[in-house]
Parts: sequence; C-alpha cells; structure tokens
Amino acid sequence: MSEHSTYTPGSGIEKWLDERLPIIRFSKEHLMDFPTPKNLNYWWTFGAILVMCLLVQIVTGVILAMHYTPNIALAFDSVEHIRRDVNGGRIIQATHAVGASMFFAAVYVHIFRGMYFGSYKAPREILWILGVLIFVLMMATAFMGYVLPWGQMSGWAATVITNIFAAIPVVGTPLLELLRGGFSVGNPTLNRFFSLHYLLPFVIAAVVALHIWALHVPGNNNPTGVDVKDSRDTLPFHPYYTMKDLFGMVLFMIPFAWFIFFAPDILGHPDNYIQFNSQVTPAHIVPEWYFLPFYAILRAIDFNLLFIDSKLLGVIFFGGSIVILFLLPWLDTSKVRSGNFRPMFKWFYWLFVINFVALTYLGAQPADGIYVLLSKICTAYYFIHFVVILPLLSRIEKPRPLPTSISESVLAKSHA
Amino acid sequence: MFNTKTILATVAVLAGLAGMPATQAAEEAPHIEKQSWSFAGIFGTYDQNQLQRGFQVFREVCSSCHSARLISFRNLAEEGGPAFSEEQVKALAAEYEVADPTADGGTRKAVPADRWPSPFATEQDARDANGGALPPDFSVLAKARGVHDAFPFWIFNYFTGYSEGGPDYIHALMNGYHDEVPESAPHNADGTPFELPEGKHYNDYFPGHALGMAKPLQDGQITYDVAEGETAVPLTVDQYSKDVAAYMMWMAEPGLVSRKQTGFGVLLFLVLFAGLMYGTKRKIWSGIEH
Repeated sequence: MSEHSTYTPGSGIEKWLDERLPIIRFSKEHLMDFPTPKNLNYWWTFGAILVMCLLVQIVTGVILAMHYTPNIALAFDSVEHIRRDVNGGRIIQATHAVGASMFFAAVYVHIFRGMYFGSYKAPREILWILGVLIFVLMMATAFMGYVLPWGQMSGWAATVITNIFAAIPVVGTPLLELLRGGFSVGNPTLNRFFSLHYLLPFVIAAVVALHIWALHVPGNNNPTGVDVKDSRDTLPFHPYYTMKDLFGMVLFMIPFAWFIFFAPDILGHPDNYIQFNSQVTPAHIVPEWYFLPFYAILRAIDFNLLFIDSKLLGVIFFGGSIVILFLLPWLDTSKVRSGNFRPMFKWFYWLFVINFVALTYLGAQPADGIYVLLSKICTAYYFIHFVVILPLLSRIEKPRPLPTSISESVLAKSHA
Repeated sequence: MFNTKTILATVAVLAGLAGMPATQAAEEAPHIEKQSWSFAGIFGTYDQNQLQRGFQVFREVCSSCHSARLISFRNLAEEGGPAFSEEQVKALAAEYEVADPTADGGTRKAVPADRWPSPFATEQDARDANGGALPPDFSVLAKARGVHDAFPFWIFNYFTGYSEGGPDYIHALMNGYHDEVPESAPHNADGTPFELPEGKHYNDYFPGHALGMAKPLQDGQITYDVAEGETAVPLTVDQYSKDVAAYMMWMAEPGLVSRKQTGFGVLLFLVLFAGLMYGTKRKIWSGIEH
C-alpha cells in the first residue's frame, strides 16, 4: 500500500538502501503510517497482545530447550532441574507454562471479538481463515508442549489425544503409530513432540506474518463495521495505536505476572507433578482448560449413527467444531458486519458465548450423570448456532440503520 | 419474542450449571480444613524454625520409607529454607553413606553436594518392604496433591492465588486416621458396608479410604529441642503434621520466597507503568474524536 507512504530517504545510505531493499520504507508504511480506523476499542489491542504472547513463548521456550532433556527417564527431573538449579529458571519456566494459558485467553478474546464485529466478512475471509489456522497450530503446539514435562497428565493426554486418530477409517492405526513412533506412548513420542514443539511456533510466526499481510490489504474492521470512506476516518498507526496497544500489553501483563509469581501451578493439574506411569491411570484425565470446550464435544458423542460408530462420530464432531470456523464467512451472509447494528444476532451471539463457557465447564467434569446430557445439549447448540441460526438470522433479521461513515458515528457519540 | 426465548435458554443453562455441584458433592471426599500457612499469600515466607522442625520429622520418621531424590544436602543450607549452617549440613551429610563406584569399597561418606540418599535401592525393594505399596518420593509431592473446592469456591482461588492445597491435604491425611472403620465410611455401590482390605488403614481423606501406610505420627513421638527463651512447641500429631507439610512444601518449591518477593516488585512496577502508559496514551489521543 505504497500510496500511504510519506517516506523520503533522509541520508545517502538510506537512499542507497531504498533502491535495493526498501525495508525502511516498508516498515514506515506498515508500522507507522498505516491508516487505521480512529474508533477501534480496547478489544482491538488483543492483536498486539497476541504478538507479544508469541514472542514471550518463543524467547522463554528457546531458553528452556537449552536445559531440558527429551528422554522419558530424564525429562521430568530436567524440568525440576530448571525450576531449582537454573538461574531464573523458576520464573522462565513459569512464564512459559502460564504464558500458554494467557496466549489462549487472549486468542479467545480475539476470536470472539472478530465474531461479534463480523471481522470475518468480505473482504476479510482469508484473514479470518489464516486466523483459524493459527488457532489450530496453537492447539497442536500447546498440546505437544504439555507432554514435555512428562508428568501423569502429560503422558495420559498424549495417550488419549493420539488415540483420537485411531478412529479414522483405514489410515487410523498407521497414523496413530506414526504419531507415537510406536505402539504406545514412549520415548519416540516424547522426542518427536519435542522436535515439533520447537518447529511449530516458527510456522505460527510465518502464518502470523500472512495474517497481518491479509489485514493490511483491506485494512482494519472497526466497531461500526462500516468501511473507511476517507482520511477523516483514520489515524496513522503510529503513535496512536502503537501507544494504545502498548498500554493494552502492559495491562495484560498484570494478570500474567500475578499467575507467574503468585500461583504458577494453579492453571495446571497437581497430577502433573507425578512422573508419567503408563500402568497407573489418573482418576480423571483432564486437558488444559483451553481445550475443554472441544474435549466436551468429543466426549458428548457416545452413540452410534447408522454405520458410524461413536468413536469415529466423536472425532467427526470434534474436527467439525473447528472446521466449521473456517466456513463462518459463508454461513453468516448478513451484509451488516457489526453486532452493534444487529438486534437479533446480538442475543444469539451472547447465548453462543454462554454455551461455549458451559462447554468449558462440562469438559472438566466427569462423564456421567447430568453432565452427559448437558454436554450433548451444548454440543448440539454449538453446531446449531453455525448451521441454523446464523444463516437464518441473515434472512429474517432487520438490521438497525448504519452510520454513513466512521467519523459521523464518532461525532454522534461525542455529541450525545 | 426472541428476547424471552434467549433469556429462558440462558436461565436454563445457568440453572443447570448451578445445580451440578449439588449432585456432585454427595459423593465427594470429606471437606478438607484449610490451615493458615506462613508461606501463603503475597508476602508469604517460610518459617525457618518450622522448616527445621519439619526436617526433623522427615528425617526421624518419613525418610525411613520415603525418598526425596531431587533434594541435595546443600539445599538445607540455602537461604529461605531451613537454612542450617554449612557446618551443620556438612556434619549431617557425613552421617550418611552413599554409593560411589569410584570410592574404595563402593561407598563413601556423603558430602553437601550429594543427593538425599533413598531408603531403598530399587522400586521393587521399596514395594517388598511395604506390603506391595510404593511410598511416593517426597521431592515434589506437596505440589502433586491438592484440595478439591466445590463450585463456585474454586473461582476465588485464582484471585487469592491459593497454592497450599498440597500442605492442606498432607495435614488432613496425617490427622485423618481411624483405628477401625468408622460409621461415616461410605457404603459400597451394592449397599454392603465398607470393608477394609487386609494390611490397609482407614483414612478419611485418602481417595478410596484404604491407605497402605499405617498412622505414621503419634503424639509425643518426636522431641523438639527448645532453645532458651523460646516457648515450647506442642508435641502433637497436629503440630508434627503442620511442620512436615511445611517442610515438604519447601522441598517442592524451594524458591517460593524469592519468587514472591520478585513478584511483588514486578506487580508494583507494572501497575505504576500501566498508569504512566495510560497517561501518555491519553495525552497523545487528546483532541482526537474517537
């Protein structure tokens, strides 16, 4: 988007560089001058917060890898070695472990913000799809990272999650053995998970670059969902949004630091302080909180459908719950982006949020009694929201009148 | 119309959530009383005297069956822990023999750099000596146990930073023994009374209630040295178990005190910094309608 450039090389060296690799021009265009809607609220700072989370995970992770030993006999003790004997190790390890939770907390806010304000709608479908792809890569990375400390929950999570793949017809068993590097979870599993856990964050970083590229073609959505009309609607990214994002980041670091320093283990499970033993099954195998909604969907399916057995059906729903996110731009056909101007959508959006929280809660409960029924209801509603409610709403809903431009809505607000 | 429907559905979901713990609580383990620990909270620190007493309990009682393989003698002299003097630790280590293939005869006296010697050479030896049960290693055991809070009380734990579930459980376990199966024991699924397997011991707080370990601590079993001018500490199971639970927490988390001290500074900085950032942000945005 070179039309925004106000860059003129200031010195001979800059001019020389500009004719060969215009990296300063590029940075100025995209990190400083980039025209950004002036009405973005604080939910929009989570993009920058997520970049920070990724960097924190990569930096702490690289340091942890210097001291960690990916061997089933040594892994558990090597993590304790990091906590006890490495300089600053307790903080670095806690930052990485808590950081995973904070990363997911931020990504859920980011996703739900996108859902409310219709940020997935044309012309931002690719931007949304790349985002969902990042989410999937994050889940894979977090899952494999959770296995590395080789505690009871690590080993059993690895067992349960890799088992999911065995339900796939024909290729299931070979795939399971490929993932595990053998017939059961063991040293080869730990080794390949360590290798992939180191690789995937860099893949995520690359997709994040594409995600930002796809953002900078149409530009940001905004709380009104109305397109930018002219320069009165926008502000340069720097200093306005660099400053706002920095403030958001510092604010986000407060709960982050609270967990690191005062409750570093509260987001984990006590059983993970017991070394993995394939002969002893924990009373409840629970994944980390950020997987619970999807885990609840997986477990909710305990019945066969026609020729599909319950195990495969569970996997289909589990996979479907993510795949459906990719299709969201085409399921919601309403022309109005922002939930603020969609009176019916607004209600169903919050119902969906409550349902999602309920799934999170149910994922942590034992699979018996009332929980089974509730899980089924919530799972059904999750899908109904996407395949029935959203397409239907687009047809029957009468949106409220939209402001003609961002600056008009801003002025109306300040005079109100 | 949609509003009513939505509200009804929301109420239904919330009612379901609220009703769940009630059905669940019926089969839960007895409530575990939370103790007041010196190392709880933002300003928590270990009580050096308590850790030294806890170490005495560990050494005289627990360590005859339980190992602590991640602990070195030198850790006992570290600041923030029991903080014995270097001479004390050296002398203590010298009381133990450790295996060393490079030494004459294969063993030598321990030095502060050595790990705490395990009571049994192998897992099988440990099981053979304990009726088939394996006494768990103590190194991180205080963090491998916890207290289960019912909804909605566990939500508050995230705001209070409650991390003392392990010591609370250990204290409860030490005080939860019964000589005979009590009337409060749960009935089997088919309604028959609870039957304690041979060689097991009934405990209120152990999952399943049948614990392999006999009641390890008795009143008056250990004599604490009382320094001049100090009040004597009660020689009771309650006191012993608090002391040993605190010691076990230190073993599991020896850097707790410095972690919390750093954390206080970090949080203070972040709050002030956030205030400055907010001021800067407002200044930059002043005069911009947004």
